[in-house]
Formats: sequence, structure tokens, C-alpha cells
Amino acid sequence: MSVPLYHVLILASILFAMGLACVVAWRANVIMMLIGIEIMLNAVMLVFVGGSAHWAIADGQLFALMLMALTSAEVSLALAMVVYLHRRKQSVNTDDFDSMKG
Amino acid sequence: MEATLFYILAAVTLFGTLCAITARQAVRAIVYLVTSFFALALIFYLLGAPLVAAFEVIIYAGAIMVLFLFVIMMLELGSPEKLPKPHLSDWWPALLLMGAVVGSVVVIAAARHPAAVPGFTEITARQFSQTLFTRYGVAVEVISMQLLFALVGALYLGRRR
Repeated sequence: MSVPLYHVLILASILFAMGLACVVAWRANVIMMLIGIEIMLNAVMLVFVGGSAHWAIADGQLFALMLMALTSAEVSLALAMVVYLHRRKQSVNTDDFDSMKG
Repeated sequence: MEATLFYILAAVTLFGTLCAITARQAVRAIVYLVTSFFALALIFYLLGAPLVAAFEVIIYAGAIMVLFLFVIMMLELGSPEKLPKPHLSDWWPALLLMGAVVGSVVVIAAARHPAAVPGFTEITARQFSQTLFTRYGVAVEVISMQLLFALVGALYLGRRR
């Protein structure tokens, strides 16, 4: 395939910007913030895979795999926390979680 | 041919993500995001990473997004009035950030005229696994510990008291 590496990098940076915009715009909603983090991590994975293909080294793909394991751990913990917080306050609005009382 | 396919898939990914971050309901955002992840998996395949493409479909589109759907349905957040929507005034910092990033990318891309690049080389599953289990064996152990800790933490947070 003859796509220049920097086109892949442009695609990844636009995807990252979209994920960042999602986190900033939906900052009142925990679930959409998590979705924005997913989009950003996917953009990072695209950079790793593109670099791995450009220099013909497998390391980038390995880091993409490790990123996937990290993301699944992060999402499972974060969604468990969303369920816990929803059980306590009946809400997923971040503005309701402003107290540090236990 | 493959280059054309790459640009079509890139457009599908960007459009799916754009629909996902502007969707009014969380369930629709998840479905758009699954579409976008499928296109991204095909891009990974075109970049010579068939294993990562398979894991993207299995883990991201298959497991993580279904986990999101389960949580949204379990907490009954499917109706749009349950979730706080961003006002129009919430969007301008996001648009400002996105404009800054996209603008700088466009400036950098316009200033550079790269020479013809060599094509991407595919990395076979054999190379991938050899590197994974010889050079990064410790990292695999650390990741397995991390997954175990995440499992225990999720069990602790999710128990009824």
C-alpha cells in the first residue's frame, strides 16, 4: 500500500481532536466522557500501527495490543464506578458528584 | 486501489466519529462508534496489522462497546431526557480546541511535500508473536496482573451492600 505515513498521522490527529472535543463538550455526562477517551485511545493506536507499518517493526503493533488491554481494564473499572455512583445518587451527571464525603 | 480504499475508510471513520460525538442519545453514539471502529479495523488491516484488526473488532467493537450498551440499558439511560445534554455554550471550547488541532495539522500538511514513500510492509503473526513473547514477556505478565486487579476492583465496586 502506498499511502504516505503523514496521511495516517493526519487521520489520527483529527480523530484525537474529535475525542478531545467529545470529552470537553460532554463534560456533564460521565458515559460520553468515557466514549471520548475511547476515541482518543483509538487514535493513539492508529499512530502506533502506522509507525509499525512504516518502519516494518512489530513493536508498534505490540504496544497497540497492550493499549487495548489497558483500555479494557480502564473501561471495566470506570463503568463499575458509574454503576456504583448511579446506585448512590441516581444520576450520571458529573455536577452531582461534588462532595468528598465518604 | 488500496490507497483509495484507505481514504474511503478514513472518511467513514471520521464521519462515524463525528456522528457519535454529536448524537443526542448515548445508544446511538455507541452504534455510530461501532461503525467507526469497524472502518478503523479495516484501516489496520490495510496497514499490515491483521492481528490488531481482529482484536479491534473482537475487543473494541465486540466487548467494550457491548459493555457500554449493557451499562446504559441497566441504568435505563436510553431515553434522552435522562442524560444531561451539552448546551450550545458548552460546545465552543470543544470547537476551539478542535479548530486549533485541525488548523495546525492543515498548516503542517500544506508546508510539506514529501517524496514518494515506500509502501508499508506487512508484519506476519509469526513475527508479532515472537516479539511479543521474547522481548516483551515481562510486559505480558504486568498486563495480566493489571487485568486481574481491574477484575477485583470491578467486583468490589459492583457488589451490593
